Amino acid sequence: MSDSHIVGATPSSTIPWLERWFPSSASAGGQPPLPIVTCVCCALLVVAAIFGTWLAPYPKEAVSLGDSLLPPAWQAGGTMRHLLGTDQLGRDMLSRLIAGARISLATAAAATLVSGMFGVLVGLVAGYVGGILESVAMRVVDAFLALPFILLALALVATLGTGFGNIIMVMVIANWARYARLVRSEVLTVKQRDFVTLARIAGVRPLTIMLRHVLPNVLNSVVVLAILDVGRAIILESSLSFLGVGIQPPDVSWGLMLADGRTFMGFAWWLTTLPGLMIVFAVLSFNSLGRWLHVRFDPRGQL
Amino acid sequence: MAFYFLRRIGETFVTLLLITLLVFCLTRLTGDPAALLLPPESSEASRQYFRVHHGLDRALPIQYVTYLRNVAAGDFGTSFRLGEPAIEIVWRALGPTLALAGLGMLLSIFIGVPLGIAAAASPRPWVKRLVGGYSSLGQALPPFWTGLTLVMIFALWLPLLPTSGYGAPRYYVLPALTLAISTSSAIAGLTAANMTEALRSDFIALERVLGLSETRVLLKHALRNASLPIVTYLGLQFGLILGGAIVTERVFAWPGIGQRIVEAILTRDYPVVQAVVLVTALLFMLINLLVDLLYMVLDARLRT
Repeated sequence: MSDSHIVGATPSSTIPWLERWFPSSASAGGQPPLPIVTCVCCALLVVAAIFGTWLAPYPKEAVSLGDSLLPPAWQAGGTMRHLLGTDQLGRDMLSRLIAGARISLATAAAATLVSGMFGVLVGLVAGYVGGILESVAMRVVDAFLALPFILLALALVATLGTGFGNIIMVMVIANWARYARLVRSEVLTVKQRDFVTLARIAGVRPLTIMLRHVLPNVLNSVVVLAILDVGRAIILESSLSFLGVGIQPPDVSWGLMLADGRTFMGFAWWLTTLPGLMIVFAVLSFNSLGRWLHVRFDPRGQL
Repeated sequence: MAFYFLRRIGETFVTLLLITLLVFCLTRLTGDPAALLLPPESSEASRQYFRVHHGLDRALPIQYVTYLRNVAAGDFGTSFRLGEPAIEIVWRALGPTLALAGLGMLLSIFIGVPLGIAAAASPRPWVKRLVGGYSSLGQALPPFWTGLTLVMIFALWLPLLPTSGYGAPRYYVLPALTLAISTSSAIAGLTAANMTEALRSDFIALERVLGLSETRVLLKHALRNASLPIVTYLGLQFGLILGGAIVTERVFAWPGIGQRIVEAILTRDYPVVQAVVLVTALLFMLINLLVDLLYMVLDARLRT
């Protein structure tokens, strides 16, 4: 079994190459400085997602047809009551963007967490136990990675259905294999190290070795992959919602807002542009946090 | 090498089998395939007939073998909505998708590779930073939003290009550009990294000492060494392009497989969903197989 040519595996990210290409921070010997801007951005998003209901000026579903399609406050015709304008039903854009942050981040976080845990479990057992179990598990992983991510997600949505819980499940099924592949290849290296051999000779039970000695040594790269995955998950969720097969109203998600605003795009630019900017902002924030973690904690990792 | 060829083809075959198993399991996941594969409004009697007729009352392994036989014969069932074989719908949609994906890929290479070379070779740090920024930003842009923004600017505000549709060359511009923005950013990053590495190697230093012209060093020698990982990556990137095309097609009402699969999901036209997934998977894996084989032919080191 070699991993060098996993069939159709979508590369987890281009980040390692970027890293090599920005050697200033990584290879200068010192540790890269904490990216303050990135941390603030991520913190803002998380705060908006958690406390959004209290921060938002209006409830997300408050319809006010008299105020429909108001532009943002800085544009002619805008009012200070609706800083970022309103949509076709007069709902406040700012409040809906904040509500969207909650759904988008919660979906991404839950999906990443669950697929991470499941993938780690499979990768750990397959890598440590080896043999036929490993071969079978890795073929299955290959099959999952052989399909373009969004296509697999669409196939799953077709059977499981749409909505918040189902979308999380879809994303978990579409994503766990990447963790399994990463963890298994890391376990293969850790398994060879002396402390594992010594533990085995000392008669420590395999389960204990796996959990106490092997797992902590592969966790770094898992965490890095997970943070990088949050960005991917946000894009996937918003793509599905945009296609109409993701989050369903009355829930709000950025992708859904974009799809709703399409019809009015010609004269109400804010309906599509603002949610799009939120997606880009969130993905960039989490990606650069992940990139920093990658350089800091896993410089030679094989993400 | 022949052994490697054969093993690689064997692996592809096994993975394909597993994908059919995956799709097979998906139809059984909800319990009753008859409910999924027949129109929602069908009667209980017709469901029962369907179950017996398609052998759904038999053991699962037997069902899977039957299913495999049908799939191998290209029989994915009949679309409920359009009343014709699902495979024909997919065949018809494949052309526009491949045209779009191919053009997007070409454009990405023409944008991404020169940008990457510039970033690696330029002595000015701002070039590196600019390309780095493009690379990160491009990968954070969801393709559907890029598409809509391009439509807003180039079709609605400046009415230069059509908002959506399929046909004449001008219909290709915005969708292909949408795909190229996300893919070229990834290619630019990869090219830059590999070129930087190639430029650091000893033989390049030697050539410079020997006084070969900088263009010749860059394009002939460094690029050739950097090109192998790029070629491999392009094969993998094709999956991303296909995924991007699915979403992009929806923005531009492009009559490809992305449009078909979303319509099929929304109308619960499961045979079409199945056909799209299996045909796309097959296509994607064949392309990766070809890229791998090409890689071996190109790289003498693997030919031992």
